[in-house]
Amino acid sequence: MAAQSTIEQPERTAPAGATASATRRPGGAGAGLLRFARNTWRPAAVLAAILVVWWLVTAADLVKPYLVPSPGTTLDVVLAQPGYFAHHTWITTYETVLGFAIAIVVGVLSAVVMVYSPTVEKSLYPLLLFAQVIPKIAIAPLFIVWLGFGLSPKVVVAVLMAFFPIVISTVTGMKSIDPEMLQLSATMGAGPAQTFRKIRFPAALPHLFAGLKVAATMAVTGAVVGEFVGANEGLGYVILQANGNLDTPTLFAGLIIMSLLGVLLFVVVELLEYLVLPWQASRRTDATTTTL
Amino acid sequence: MTVGNTTTQRSADATATGAAVEIDQVAVRFRTKKKDVTALRDVSVRIEPGEFVAIVGASGCGKSTLLKLVSGLLRPSSGQVRLHGEDVRGPRRDIGYVFQRAALLDWRTARRNILLQAEMRGMPRAQARQRVDELIAMTGLTGFEDAYPNELSGGMQQRVALCRALLHRPPVLLMDEPFGALDALTREQMNVELRRIWRETGTTVLLVTHSIAEAVYLANRVIVMTPRPGTVAEVIDVDLPVERDYGQTMSAPEFARATGRIRDLLGATTTAE
Ligand SMILES: Nc1ncnc2c1ncn2[C@@H]1O[C@H](COP(=O)(O)OP(=O)(O)OP(=O)(O)O)[C@@H](O)[C@H]1O
Ligand SMILES: [Mg+2]
Repeated sequence: MAAQSTIEQPERTAPAGATASATRRPGGAGAGLLRFARNTWRPAAVLAAILVVWWLVTAADLVKPYLVPSPGTTLDVVLAQPGYFAHHTWITTYETVLGFAIAIVVGVLSAVVMVYSPTVEKSLYPLLLFAQVIPKIAIAPLFIVWLGFGLSPKVVVAVLMAFFPIVISTVTGMKSIDPEMLQLSATMGAGPAQTFRKIRFPAALPHLFAGLKVAATMAVTGAVVGEFVGANEGLGYVILQANGNLDTPTLFAGLIIMSLLGVLLFVVVELLEYLVLPWQASRRTDATTTTL
Repeated sequence: MTVGNTTTQRSADATATGAAVEIDQVAVRFRTKKKDVTALRDVSVRIEPGEFVAIVGASGCGKSTLLKLVSGLLRPSSGQVRLHGEDVRGPRRDIGYVFQRAALLDWRTARRNILLQAEMRGMPRAQARQRVDELIAMTGLTGFEDAYPNELSGGMQQRVALCRALLHRPPVLLMDEPFGALDALTREQMNVELRRIWRETGTTVLLVTHSIAEAVYLANRVIVMTPRPGTVAEVIDVDLPVERDYGQTMSAPEFARATGRIRDLLGATTTAE
């Protein structure tokens, strides 16, 4: 994302005239947050409902406690060893975020090269596809052999999982630009660098963000898969250990924390999208009002 | 020293040839996988500085291709295109281009869409801002400077595209069906405005349109093209006064003569419209 500081940012200031547009497209980060909050309460309510059902099922003794622990027991497990869970969560978060960040940099850069050079695209695409279809769980042991038990093999698996959607979405985004827009740029005397910075890249951002959202969840999976194969810390390790000991409360706690981590990363990306692409967000609200 | 020399030389050339745009025996062939298409053949046109020329013709006869030739976005398969006496070799910066679709950037407000022209050309900021204010006032966009394209009507979007094309005061303005997507009333208003802007700026304008009335109301000369492969069927001189009131022009005998002649030339395809 470091490269993005030089990329132009859309204007975030509210319309100065506060004319007709003000009602339709509230500008500014504050308004963006507000809209974001308004859109998130529904999924939050669904989550709460699921929690309630879970609690009811266990409270009514519909299943054996050693198969499905109650929400209370699960919470107790976490509260009993907060340091333990914090440590392993931190490890997995670290691997995920690092893997995600590397995937963004490598993914966007390869996409740019592929868009500007058809030769590179043709030779790289099969390789990319190959890297995508090969089951990560099958090659993860290889990375352990190569890179040892440390964090790096997990990061590599996370990168491998997150990389593909980012490349595909960025390439699609940069190719979806209206050819007339590029011709217009030529009549303005713009060079390739200017055209990229002011037209091609910003135009690809909505696609890129779609890819980032998929990639964010993939990165979590990647890190945990890496941990499954060989680790002595991280949530994958916690889950594996708990499974071996038939310790379902810890297992559940690990699973829930892992899912929360994925959701949190997704939400962060979505939040970024709201802030970076205000025009896109406004279009979305327009669409919902018309379908209602 | 050398720079001064070339400019004087160029202007001498320009006065010698005189034309703003010269298209000489041009043919364009597109080679696609399936077949070869001859879009234009044997087209020769000469446009004087400050003229307003409209181009009409059936769909697919090569009107857009013609504008792309003049702007240097496309090279002719044979023949020559000259802009102010210079051979057109690559994309030209000394033109303004308005496309059929407004082609605005979604993430930029109206003002910043117009300013794109200045940014790409590296124009001084203050000067560009001042010019944008002028253009916004001239095209009646005041109050919508900070609106995003999806908050503007189709007509407003086209106005923004027009401002963007005029920002650098191009000597030649190329317009490819700029009002095709507008309703009849907005279109008439835009016609009146365009005519006024042309008179205020003195730019040479090449306008592609499907509307015969629009062509005759706006232009001094109308180039009528034959169906594909396109060539010039006839050039109609429009003998209407420089000061053109919309209603009066519509009912002028000369207007009826010119539109009638164009309609005849275009044949049944357009009379059916
Ligand atoms: N890049 C291209 N490759 C192949 N053929 C092309 C290309 N551009 C245009 N053509 C062909 O050239 C012909 C003229 O196209 P052009 O776009 O100039 O028509 P037009 O007169 O502008 O039509 P319209 O009024 O529908 O816009 C068409 O038959 C079209 O199929
Ligand atoms: Mg066309």
